[in-house]
Amino acid sequence: MKPVPFDYARPADVASALRLAGNSGTAKFIAGGQSLGPMLNLRLVQPELLVDITAIDDLKRAEAGKDTLFIGSCITHADIEDQRIPDVTNGVLPSVAAGIAYRAVRNRGTIGGSIVHADPAADWVSTLSALGARAVIQSVGGMRRLRVDEFIVGVFQTQLDDGEMLVGIEVPRNSPASRWGYYKLSRKTGEFAHAIGVYHDDRERNICRAVIGATTGVPIVIADKMRLFGGKEPAADALDEPYVRQTMAAAGLADTIDHTLRVVALRRAVAQAIPA
Amino acid sequence: MTSQGVGARLLRKEDDRLMRGRGQFVADLRFAGMQDVAFVRSPVAHGRLKAIDAPESYRKSVFSAADLAAVKPIRAVSGLQGFKPSDQHCLAIGKVRFVGEPVAMCIATTRAAAEDIASTVVVNIEELPAIHDMLAARVSPPALVHEHWGDNVFLETFVSTNFEKALNAPIKITRQIRTSRQCMAPIEGRGAVALWDTRLEQLTLYSACQMPHIVRTGLAECLGLDEGQVRVVAPDVGGGFGYKGILLTEEVCISWLAMRRGHPVRWIEDRHEHLTAGANCREHHYSITGYADYDGTLLGIDCEAVVDSGAYSSYPFSACLEAAQVASILPGPYDFPSYRCRTWSVATNKCPILPYRGVARTGVCFALELVLDAIAREAGVEPHVVRSKILVKPEQMPFTNITKKWFDSGNYPEALRRAVVAIDVDSVRARQKKGEADGRLIGVGLAIYCEQSSHGTSVYHGWGIPMVPGFEQATARLTPDGGLELRVGVHSHGQGLETTLAQVAHEILGIDVAKIKVVHGDTAMTPYSTGTWGSRCMVMAGGAVSVACKEIAERAAKIGAQFLQAEVKNVVVKSGEVVGPKGSVPLSEIARTWYLKPQNLPPGVDMGGMEATIGYRPAPDSGTFSYAAHAALVAVDAEVGDVEILDYVIVEDGGKLVNPMIVDGQIFGGLAQGIGTALYEEMPFDGAGQPLASTFADYMLPGPIEVPAARVDHMETLAPHTEFGVKGIGEGGAIAPPAAITNAVNDALRPLGAEMLISPITPRRILETIAAARGTP
Repeated sequence: MKPVPFDYARPADVASALRLAGNSGTAKFIAGGQSLGPMLNLRLVQPELLVDITAIDDLKRAEAGKDTLFIGSCITHADIEDQRIPDVTNGVLPSVAAGIAYRAVRNRGTIGGSIVHADPAADWVSTLSALGARAVIQSVGGMRRLRVDEFIVGVFQTQLDDGEMLVGIEVPRNSPASRWGYYKLSRKTGEFAHAIGVYHDDRERNICRAVIGATTGVPIVIADKMRLFGGKEPAADALDEPYVRQTMAAAGLADTIDHTLRVVALRRAVAQAIPA
Repeated sequence: MTSQGVGARLLRKEDDRLMRGRGQFVADLRFAGMQDVAFVRSPVAHGRLKAIDAPESYRKSVFSAADLAAVKPIRAVSGLQGFKPSDQHCLAIGKVRFVGEPVAMCIATTRAAAEDIASTVVVNIEELPAIHDMLAARVSPPALVHEHWGDNVFLETFVSTNFEKALNAPIKITRQIRTSRQCMAPIEGRGAVALWDTRLEQLTLYSACQMPHIVRTGLAECLGLDEGQVRVVAPDVGGGFGYKGILLTEEVCISWLAMRRGHPVRWIEDRHEHLTAGANCREHHYSITGYADYDGTLLGIDCEAVVDSGAYSSYPFSACLEAAQVASILPGPYDFPSYRCRTWSVATNKCPILPYRGVARTGVCFALELVLDAIAREAGVEPHVVRSKILVKPEQMPFTNITKKWFDSGNYPEALRRAVVAIDVDSVRARQKKGEADGRLIGVGLAIYCEQSSHGTSVYHGWGIPMVPGFEQATARLTPDGGLELRVGVHSHGQGLETTLAQVAHEILGIDVAKIKVVHGDTAMTPYSTGTWGSRCMVMAGGAVSVACKEIAERAAKIGAQFLQAEVKNVVVKSGEVVGPKGSVPLSEIARTWYLKPQNLPPGVDMGGMEATIGYRPAPDSGTFSYAAHAALVAVDAEVGDVEILDYVIVEDGGKLVNPMIVDGQIFGGLAQGIGTALYEEMPFDGAGQPLASTFADYMLPGPIEVPAARVDHMETLAPHTEFGVKGIGEGGAIAPPAAITNAVNDALRPLGAEMLISPITPRRILETIAAARGTP
């Protein structure tokens, strides 16, 4: 389990990073290396050049504005867990961060890395989809923004093109009465989730989103409050199970037990957000 | 008991270097000119090996079977009737028979460079149907692993005693029970460095192994060398559990290469190799019927058991050990009148089976204890009542059971009783009636087993495998300054023998444990031994150390008595001195005299001096039987199939415990592995024989959160025929947890009519079983 030979560079700014990657045939950006490291060792990726982006200050900044929090892509899960950056989500970001893998992984793993890697089981993939966060992408040509649940298009697949880098995430500010529930099922604490249920509503901003994560593809986002709760007031026992199962089936998830686990995860997430 | 002798909870001497990162494991060893090997391994489970091609520029760095033509294959036979031998070539010839089988060896200055070379090697294999299902392999094989056999069976065994008597029993419970294949996953993988020492004119193999002398014997045979030309050194080793009780094809390969190239050659197993090429244990299937009376009294057991033994017979344990053992130990610690058991050790396209901590005991305990609980449910009595009726009683000891196992001593019913009280079955029943606030289902489960260990010549010669343990030897040697060196042929890789053997010596001679050095692992420096396996070390090596030290004590007493002008019968050796009625003389003085001032020795001194090598074997040598009762309290979240262990109790009896702290450590470690078997660990294979859990993302190991702090209660029933009454107790923790936990889960799921019969109990399996019981899809 040794990687193929590769060159290594550690530029100080985004422009240099993009240029270095652009000049090489098969460059990969590396931040915390928590996903890329094992892939390199298993030779699942064989880059000629590794561009280490952890020396780029712009990627380590976090700024809260009136409506949005910008989180640089090299902010680690531990930075968020330990609340070293501002929070606009009434505690959602730190609490999700604290449940990612193990602390040793959180010390190095980054929020940007998690989104670009796009593992369906990743906590940020489901969470940022539920929060309506956006990916901020930079290239030589400029910046573009894309909703995270549109940025991620498949298992380990994103809209990131050659010559582009994810430089940060923009998280909308939650209003004080927003509600959140997050339920993750895994075989062991710290391991990859095999089912995730997320519920987020914010009446002031007219948002209601349920997310089913750890699927075989992209997270399943359900934004139709009426269908989700069968026309009733949102509550755990009002969840329209057949509708949820049907939505999962339509998204390509076929197995009955996979459905059951996710329905339960979602129901428990709703119960967290809306205690009986 | 002194503060350092038998029974002391002494901190382990070896921990100082191990915890500070100063241990020397095989991957820490540095040799001038050493190069690294990477193996090209078969990507398919079964096929005809047509061609192996390397680019011209790498031809001198790539080796295949054609290069190793003079090397003999590994052939581990058993003398049991009908056993079919297999030849395992060190690099595959003609066929490949499991994913991961070494096909070619690549050498370079670094492992990374060797892997680069390996990635250019093209292996041409014509695939054959993969034999991945041990049941189909026997009754409807898609192909044959070894074509000249005519079938896929290494060995079939059969025993039957009074069986017909059971058939009219009012209660008859039949179950299909299975334990899944696992990887042993020690914290350190396998690895070795081979070099030809020109001064000693010897091949030296440094290897993370459990049995250096056995590896030496096997290696010499394969390479056609005299044993005197081979030395094996096991340095610090990070856990064995059976995984390192083997002569590896990789070891033979790198030894051949080191001799050919004239520089040291190293191979270190990486985790990917371990998981994909080393998933080699635990896979059993039982078709088992329990016959019982209306009140649940067990009247008989009938069983057909299959063990998936992989493609080749591993050296020295052979492919048949585990399956043949099943038949003789399935009856457990119980006394019942009728028994029949047929077993098959089946060949499949998987890597060769090795005995993993507990060996067949984990599987048979699982099968029998689950059936006993099913009988209890049918009879409407508590599971512990069913067991109490048939457990061998202390007044029956020593007891010869229905398969002629000789239980030496113990109080099995008392261990069960204590476990039942400690887990508080009565309050669990009350709690179950009340129900849980969070909606989970609570269950309690028990398992009790006895564990034979350190069985010797009289048992093993019947198996006819390449090794038979005999007299275990130890050398005890006083140094001129009164310290003590102990040389033993077993190896310590987590058992703490550098401490406990010193404790045994201290018990006899009273020398400070800090001045007692245990030398182990090097065939050049230690007496021949079959090594560390089967929980044999304390009984056998501890016994040998004890008698060797007694011999030294006797010789020293004679010299000391004369120095003290006392009669020999009036002196004793204690606290590192010979003590007489009017004075004492330290052992250091006696040693100094022997070594440096022999002119002062009294006449008639024993010329063996201050060094004694003595062989030891208990009589009878049919083995000791430690035992334990485990009880588990679990909470099952039936909506998602999650199991949480709320409480875990172990009541164990290992006879005299030399170091109770170390025994506790062994128990906790075994428990962790048992929980792994019960709830987490499994190497699944697909229809093409591909191992599917190739990283720790998929192969689940229990961590600190998954392993509860078990409550351990100790009983001590001395072994009647060993030094100090010690018994082997290394494996027990890994034997009972699958049974106890599964019984607890089945107790919890009883209202849903669901019963789990497979290890590991994964959430998916629980949900499927509940759905099937409900009749829902």
